[in-house]
Parts: sequence; C-alpha cells; structure tokens
Amino acid sequence: MQRRTFLKGSLAGTTVAVAVGAGLLSPRAVLAAWPKSAFAAKTVQDALSAIYGSADTSPSNDIKIKAPDIAENGAVVPVTISTSIPGISDIAIIVEKNGLPLAANFKLSSSSKGFVATRIKMGKTSNVIAVVKAGGKSYSARKDVKVTIGGCGG
Amino acid sequence: MAKSIRIRANAKGDVVLVKALLTHPMETGLRKDKKTGKKIPANYIQEVDCTHNGKTVMTAQWAGAVSKNPYLSFKFGGGKSGDTVGIAWVDNLGKKDSIETKVK
Repeated sequence: MQRRTFLKGSLAGTTVAVAVGAGLLSPRAVLAAWPKSAFAAKTVQDALSAIYGSADTSPSNDIKIKAPDIAENGAVVPVTISTSIPGISDIAIIVEKNGLPLAANFKLSSSSKGFVATRIKMGKTSNVIAVVKAGGKSYSARKDVKVTIGGCGG
Repeated sequence: MAKSIRIRANAKGDVVLVKALLTHPMETGLRKDKKTGKKIPANYIQEVDCTHNGKTVMTAQWAGAVSKNPYLSFKFGGGKSGDTVGIAWVDNLGKKDSIETKVK
C-alpha cells in the first residue's frame, strides 16, 4: 500500500514537473492573464498604469466603499464595493499604504452587477481606493480606514 | 476535492448573490517566521473564476493582500433558482480547487 502511494505520488510529481518544464502547466499558462506587473507595483500610480493602462481616474460619487472606519485587526478588513455606474468591466481594490498596493482586481462580465465583497489585509492606517473601469474610463472612490494592529507583519 | 470552498448562491428576482468562503493560507511571501527568522514562502490564490451555467461571470485576480481564508461575494443578473454556479481557484503554486452549487 505504501509502495503504491509512493509510486503514485512520484509519478504524478514527475508528470507535473515535465508539464511545467514544457511550459504546459506553469501557473502563468493556467492563469488567463494574472497581471503580475500590476500586483508587483509598489505605488498606486504604477499599479493603475499596469492594470488599466492609465493612472488617471476621475472621482465618482457613484462608487460606495463599505469598510470599517477603524479596523482593529489589519489582517482581516472587510471591504464591500458597490457601484451604479453602467457598463463596468473591472473593479480594483487598492490599499494606498500597503507595500504592494493592489490587493485585488475583479474582472466583470456584462451580466455582473457592480458589487463585490472580500476581506483584505492592511499594514497600517491608509486609504482604501476602489477603482472602477467602465466604458474605457476609470472612476475612483476612497475611504480612510484606521488600523490599530497591522496585518502584514509577522 | 472541493473541501476548500464553501459556497452559497441565492436568487432575488433575477439577481443572484453568491457568497463563498475559501480555505487558503494566503501567505504574502513577505512575512517572517518568528522562530526561525526565515521568510515564509508566498502561497496565495491568484485567480478565482466564477461561472454561471458554465459561462464566466466574474474573475477575481488576487494578491497576497487578500486575507487568509478569503471571503468573496458578488452579484450577477440573468440567473434563476436551480441554475449552476461554480467557483474555481488557482494559487501561485499551481494548486487548484473548484466547486459547483445550485442557486437557491
């Protein structure tokens, strides 16, 4: 039994390794278009340029960010973004003062509603910026969230 | 193996609200192990593909800044009770999991 498990394991491992070697199964290939450069960007501007092609956003009152005013635990900050802007294609959540500001980007289809919710980590008190892309234009809204205990340190 | 995802989808009119809880360590790769002082290697979900009757309605692209055991919620239109909603994630190490459920 043990031998069988071992064989299975090593066999599966080899197959995967070969596939990765051939570039067939590398994470990059599996992921349609995970924007590595945007997630590696260290400033809000760079992240925006990398993901939406431009750092220009116009402030909009039609984007609502629901997040706590004071987050006691920076490791888990619930954020809900809802918007009534029509024709949205993307919603990005950016934490201005995180080392890597871009936390998440949601690519929406035509049937999606302008609503996403998730939980993010925040290193310290910062603006949470929601950037919505609709019809080739970017709109943004921000909300200040105070963090008592940071969620990015050890 | 879909033990890492818990999902619920509820229809209200033709708008379906999907809520999902994924189980994942979501290591940023920047955190240090307090005991050894070594960096804990990055391990986080990069992409979550959400489908309605097999068609993608939303793709979430994540970084390590999404919390451990991530929560995800979104809405889409044109759905009804009994439809199939699926969620599939892939992390930076190529690990993946998926689940499907019926809209209530």
